[in-house]
Amino acid sequence: MTDTASAPLAANVRQSGLRSFFGRLNASTWIGLIIVLVLVAMAIFAPQLATHNPARQNIMDQLTTPGAQYLLGSDQFGRDIWSRLLYGARYSLTIGFFAILVAMIVGTLIGMIAGYLGGRIDIVLMQVMDVVLAFPALILGLALVAMLGATLTNIIIAIAFTATPAFARIARAGVIAQRDREYVQACQAMGFSGPRILFRHITPAILPEVMVMSSLWMATAVRTEASLAFIGLGLAPPTPTWGGMVRDGFDNILSAFHLALIPSLAILVLVLAFNLIGDGLRDAIDPRLKDAS
Amino acid sequence: MDPKPVISVRDLSISFGRITVVHDLNFDIAPGSTLAVVGESGSGKSVTSLAIMRLLPDRIGRAKGSISLEGRELLTLPESEMRNVRGGRVSMIFQEPMTSLNPVQRIGDQLAEVIRIHRGLTGEKLKEAVLEMLRKVRIPDPEARMRQYPHTFSGGMRQRVMIAMALACDPVLIIADEPTTALDVTVQAQTLALLKDLQRETGTAVLFITHDMGVVAEVADHVLVMRRGREIESGPVHEVFSNPRDPYTRSLIEAAPSLVGKLTADTVPARPVEGVPVSFSGDEQVLEVTDLSVQFPVHSGFFNRLTGMVHAVDNVSFAIGKGETLGLVGESGSGKSTIGKAIINLAPIHAGEVTVSGRRVDYDDPRSLAKMRRDVQMIFQDPFGSLDSRQTIGSAIIEPMVVHGLARGAEALEKMEWLMERVGLDPARSTSLPHEFSGGQRQRICIARALAMSPKLIIADEAVSALDVTIKGQIIDLMIDLQKEFQVSYLFISHDMAAVERICDRVAVMYFGQIVEIGQREDVIGRPGHDYTQRLLSAIPITHPEQRRTRPALPLDASAPRSPIKPLDYRAPSPQWSVAGADHFIRRAG
Repeated sequence: MTDTASAPLAANVRQSGLRSFFGRLNASTWIGLIIVLVLVAMAIFAPQLATHNPARQNIMDQLTTPGAQYLLGSDQFGRDIWSRLLYGARYSLTIGFFAILVAMIVGTLIGMIAGYLGGRIDIVLMQVMDVVLAFPALILGLALVAMLGATLTNIIIAIAFTATPAFARIARAGVIAQRDREYVQACQAMGFSGPRILFRHITPAILPEVMVMSSLWMATAVRTEASLAFIGLGLAPPTPTWGGMVRDGFDNILSAFHLALIPSLAILVLVLAFNLIGDGLRDAIDPRLKDAS
Repeated sequence: MDPKPVISVRDLSISFGRITVVHDLNFDIAPGSTLAVVGESGSGKSVTSLAIMRLLPDRIGRAKGSISLEGRELLTLPESEMRNVRGGRVSMIFQEPMTSLNPVQRIGDQLAEVIRIHRGLTGEKLKEAVLEMLRKVRIPDPEARMRQYPHTFSGGMRQRVMIAMALACDPVLIIADEPTTALDVTVQAQTLALLKDLQRETGTAVLFITHDMGVVAEVADHVLVMRRGREIESGPVHEVFSNPRDPYTRSLIEAAPSLVGKLTADTVPARPVEGVPVSFSGDEQVLEVTDLSVQFPVHSGFFNRLTGMVHAVDNVSFAIGKGETLGLVGESGSGKSTIGKAIINLAPIHAGEVTVSGRRVDYDDPRSLAKMRRDVQMIFQDPFGSLDSRQTIGSAIIEPMVVHGLARGAEALEKMEWLMERVGLDPARSTSLPHEFSGGQRQRICIARALAMSPKLIIADEAVSALDVTIKGQIIDLMIDLQKEFQVSYLFISHDMAAVERICDRVAVMYFGQIVEIGQREDVIGRPGHDYTQRLLSAIPITHPEQRRTRPALPLDASAPRSPIKPLDYRAPSPQWSVAGADHFIRRAG
C-alpha cells in the first residue's frame, strides 16, 4: 500500500478514548505507576543523584552505617550503597523492560501465527513453547547465561526466552477467540490477506491482554535477573546490580544486615509496583472487553 | 362471567438507576387466558417479566407500583415467600432451549428436581410424576427418554421439556419469554399448539412475550403493544388485529408474512424432466452453481482417523440472473448458509462448480479467487459481529477498495462518502466506531461496504433476521432500491418468509442439504409442489386471529435430530426433478 492510500486510512483508524481509559485506573495502579516513574527517574538521573562513584572502593570506610557521608551506608569494599542502588536501578529496569519487550514481540508473533493458521503449525509451535515452559525459568536462564556468557544482551535474551511461552499462549488464545468471529469471516470474504487480517484487525483486539501480561511479567523478569545475579551469573562485578548487591551483602549479613536488606527492598518495591500496574490494567481492560463483544 | 384475575399489574414503573425503562404499565390476566406483550428489543417487555419474578438486579433495578398475584402484593413480599412464588405459583419458559437445560444431567432428573422441591414427592411417586409430565407434553416413549441427556433431544423436544418443567408444580401463571423465537417454524407451530392445549387442560394464565405478530395471532386472547417502555395499545386480540388504533401496531401487523390466501387452487401437473434446473431470469447469468457438495470431515478415535463426513450440502444446482434475487429458504441446519460460504471460499467445496459471470471460479488460483471476491460480496446476519469494533466505519468501507486496488486516497474517501449517502447515512459520521450506531445503521454500513466493490452479486446471509420489524422493512426497501440502481443480484439466504416474499424474484427451498424445490416466488409460495415446502409454508404463523380455525394441525415430529454425518463411502443420490409450469422444479422422491 502506498502512502497516499494509507494517509486517510490512518486518519480514520483511531483507538477509542485514552482519557476514559486512564479514568478507569484505580488508586493502587496509580501508586504502582508513580513508583515505577520515580524509579525510572532515579535511574536516568543517577549521575546527578549519586553522591559517589558506584564502583570506587574506599578501604577506609568499610561497612559504615547509614549517615551523612554515606546516605545508606557503605559495603565491605567501602562503596556507597545509595549510589550503587541508583546505578543498579538502570540495569534492573533495562533488563526488565527489554527482556519483556523481546518476549512480547516474539511470543505474541508465535502465538498469533499458531492460533491463526492452526493445524500442524499450531501443534508444533505450541509444543515447543510447552517444552520451554516446562523448565523452571531460573534453571533455563541459568543454563542460557552459563552457555552464552554473562553480558547485558545475553541476560536479556535468556530472560526473554523464559517469558516467551507465556505471551505465545495468551496471544494464541486471543486469536482463536477472534478468528471465528463474523468480522474476521467478513474480512476473509472480502479477500483480505492473512497478514492483513491478523495484524490490522485481530492484533488491536488482543493487544490489551498482551499489555497486561507484559507488566506482570516485567516483575518476574526483574526477579529473575536478581536471582541470576544472586547466584553469581549476573553482570560481572564491579557493575552494580541489585541482585549482586544482595549477594555481596549476604557475606556480612550478621554484622551489617542493611547491605542485603536495602537492595532486597528495592527489588520488592519494583516488583510490587509492576504487579500493581498489571492488576490495575487487567481491571481497567476487562469492562472494555465486555463492551466490545 | 368476569373471573378474578390471576395477576393484576397497576402503574408499574421500572427504573435502572436514574433511567426509567418501563412507565405506568397496567394489565390483568384472567385464569386460562393469554396476554401477549409485543414489542421490539428494548421496549421493556422482558424487564417487566423479571419484575414480576422479582429478579431485577439488586440495588440498580427498582420497580414501583403494584403487582398483585392472587391478591398478594409481590413487590413487598419477603424474599423467603417470594421463592415459593417462583417456580411454585409462577414459572418461566425461556427463549433458548439449548442453554436452559443442564447438559450433563438426565432429562428425568432435571424434571424430578423441580417436582421434588415444589411438591415434596420422592421415590416411585416422584418417578410417576415425572412420567406424567413428559406424557403431558407429548414426548413419545417417556420411559426411555427420561433417562437420556439433553443433547439427544431436538430443539423442539427440549422446549417441550422446558414446558414440562414450567408446568410441573401447577403454576397459576406461566411467563413465556420468546419461547419459540429460537425454533424453526414447523417446530414453532407444534410448540404453540401444545402450549394452547395444555393451557386449556390446566387453566393456567400465560404471559406471552414476543416480537412476532404472527405468534400473537396464534395464541393470544389479549394483546399489549409496548414501545420504549410505554403501552402503545392494548385490547382483545380480535379488536387489535381488526382495528389497530396506533400506526405502530399497524406497521407490526403489516410486517407479518401474508401467505394465507395466496395459495392458488389450480395446480399445474408436474412431469419428470432430465437434467438440472439451472434457470435464471434476465438476459445475463451472474452466478451458476452446478452439483455443489460441501462436506466436513469427522475425525474420531485414538488415532484421530477420518471416520465419516458431514454432508452439509449435496448436489445443489441453481443460477441467478443479472438484477435478480434468489431466495434460499430452509430451517436451521439445512445447509443454506453453507452454500453462501462455499461460494466465497469460506467452506470447503467437495465437488461441483461455481461460475461467476461466465467465468468458472478456480478456488486454487489466487487470481481467480481475487476476481471472484471483487464480484461477490457478502452481508452477514449479525451487524454487531461483522464489523471490526475498533475500526472506524469510514475506514471499514475504504479498506476493501484499497486492498483490491479499486480506489485510493482522496478518490476512495469520496466514494466512501458517496456510498454512505446512498445507504442513508450521514458521511460526517465516517469517523465514528461501529458501537455508536444502531443495528439497522450497522447493516447499512455493511451494505455500503459490500457495494464499495461494485459487485455483481451480494450474498445476504440472514441479513435482516436480527433486526426489529420496522428496521427490517427499511433495510429490505434499501436493498431493493439499490438493486434497481446498481443492477446487482442477490442470493438472499433466510428463514424469514416475510422477508423472502418481499424481496425475492425466485425462491429455492433447502431441506437437509438439498434443494427440494425451486422456481418463481409465486409458484413456490403459491402452489408448493414438494411435501416439505408445503409443511414449511403451513407452519408459518397466521396473520389474523380469525384464521385460527382454518388451519389444519401439524403432525408431531418426534424423531431425534437427524444426523448429517454419513459413512465415508456414502454417495448422495443424484436428484431427479419434475417440472410444473415455467421454471418451477420440484425434486422427485427417491
